[in-house]
Amino acid sequence: MGNKIEIRGVNKNFIQDGNEITEVLKDINLEIKEGEFICLLGHSGCGKSTLLRIIAGLEMDYEGEAYIDGKAISGPSLDKGLVFQDHRLFPWFTVEENIGYGLAENVANKKERIDELIHLVGLQGFEKKYPRQLSGGMSQRVAIARALINRPSLLLLDEPFGALDALTRITMQNEIRRIWQTQKNTMVMVTHDIDEAIALSSRIVILGQRGSGIKRIENVDLSYPRIRTGSEFSHIRNIVYREFFEEKEAELEYYL
Amino acid sequence: MKKEKKGLTYWIKYLLLPVIVIAIWEAASLSGSLPPYMLPAPHEILELLIKTVKNGVLIKNIGVSIGRVFSGFFLAALVAIVLGVLISLSKNAETITGLLLQILKPIPPIAWIPIAIIWLGIGEASKIFIIFIGAVFPILTNVIDGIRQIDKRYFEVSQVFEIPKKRLIKDVIIPASFPQVMTGLKIGLGNAWICVVAAEMIAATSGIGYMLMDGRSLSMPGQVILSMLVVGIVGKLMDDVLQKLQKKLLY
Repeated sequence: MGNKIEIRGVNKNFIQDGNEITEVLKDINLEIKEGEFICLLGHSGCGKSTLLRIIAGLEMDYEGEAYIDGKAISGPSLDKGLVFQDHRLFPWFTVEENIGYGLAENVANKKERIDELIHLVGLQGFEKKYPRQLSGGMSQRVAIARALINRPSLLLLDEPFGALDALTRITMQNEIRRIWQTQKNTMVMVTHDIDEAIALSSRIVILGQRGSGIKRIENVDLSYPRIRTGSEFSHIRNIVYREFFEEKEAELEYYL
Repeated sequence: MKKEKKGLTYWIKYLLLPVIVIAIWEAASLSGSLPPYMLPAPHEILELLIKTVKNGVLIKNIGVSIGRVFSGFFLAALVAIVLGVLISLSKNAETITGLLLQILKPIPPIAWIPIAIIWLGIGEASKIFIIFIGAVFPILTNVIDGIRQIDKRYFEVSQVFEIPKKRLIKDVIIPASFPQVMTGLKIGLGNAWICVVAAEMIAATSGIGYMLMDGRSLSMPGQVILSMLVVGIVGKLMDDVLQKLQKKLLY
């Protein structure tokens, strides 16, 4: 299958207080194939969300090139769904109104499309509820359904489960995996949760500290559903852990 | 929102102070320490209330004033909301209108009365104009603030879905700024009621402000006090209605 996303030599600097330049992304090169589930993993502030926003077309001011389906990214488009960390539902809309909000104009069978998504995310019976009546996990289900409304071939998720409790998070991870397997779209998900990245992705892109670029890309060749307690899972977890913590451990030894 | 049940103790506390004030006032009048030509006793005011309700004078005057308030208020709300949306949609419009609005805003509505009379005479138009002036600025300021303070993240969601500007106004800007617009409307209505009384006290032949002024020229302090109380009570009730409406409409 062809490349869905191509990132070539992307650099991104933020200018703070007028002239102080902070490098956020440095020389990012990444190819994402159609139908892949990619996790961008890294510390807070490492630029993983910025990279996602570049792919989403919300961030346009950067050096380098970024393509989707061979075309330079020129802004947001209905072909890309985006799920934010804070669900960003409109409190004045019901669940079904929120889901239908982004539906392209002149789409027939609007109601059916919304019902389809409500079933997909398992929110039957909550169509008429308002966001304040929903739990965190349910709100994020609505946000995922909203992002899928126009059948985007690419779904971008910016730490979608970061604000959820650990148990709900695992349920939601299983949900998003199921959605990916049924919808067969390309997924790019930002996370700082190592287990989440291993449980879901076909490849994990590990970003180093701010401004240091991609540190490692780890293939995860495990079949789904992945057993978190299994030895293969642990093996990959160890590899990823080492990427983040080996330097610190070395330091620790030195002081001992 | 859950409705809180108000118990008997709440109502006793709520009504206690006014009842005490009336009781002291009545006692002072009965003992002769309050001369009736300065301040008539509460029971005399009550008698006047019953009389003016029965002969229709009070109700007619309240009706006239409320009618004026609503014409002026609705006109102000309409103009302020349309103008507020237009101004807040563009940074340029905000800069261009800023200075003029900042200068006009501090001019009290009462200061507009002379020019209103010169331009529009002493008929209905001048009163509605004064009410309009009193109501339009608080509504406008709150509409602009309400829109400016909308969470930018809502706009990002709309940007992702390429929502056209018309729908952005209908589905995001109006509902998101609604609570603050409602606050503006409440202040605006309160001001409108204050303004109608002021306008009627200066040039009118009907209305609650006229009734108040009429009481003074006829040296009937009872009518003056009654009119003042009516102004207060009607003002409170109007606020209650908007408060209820706001609670009902709020998501």
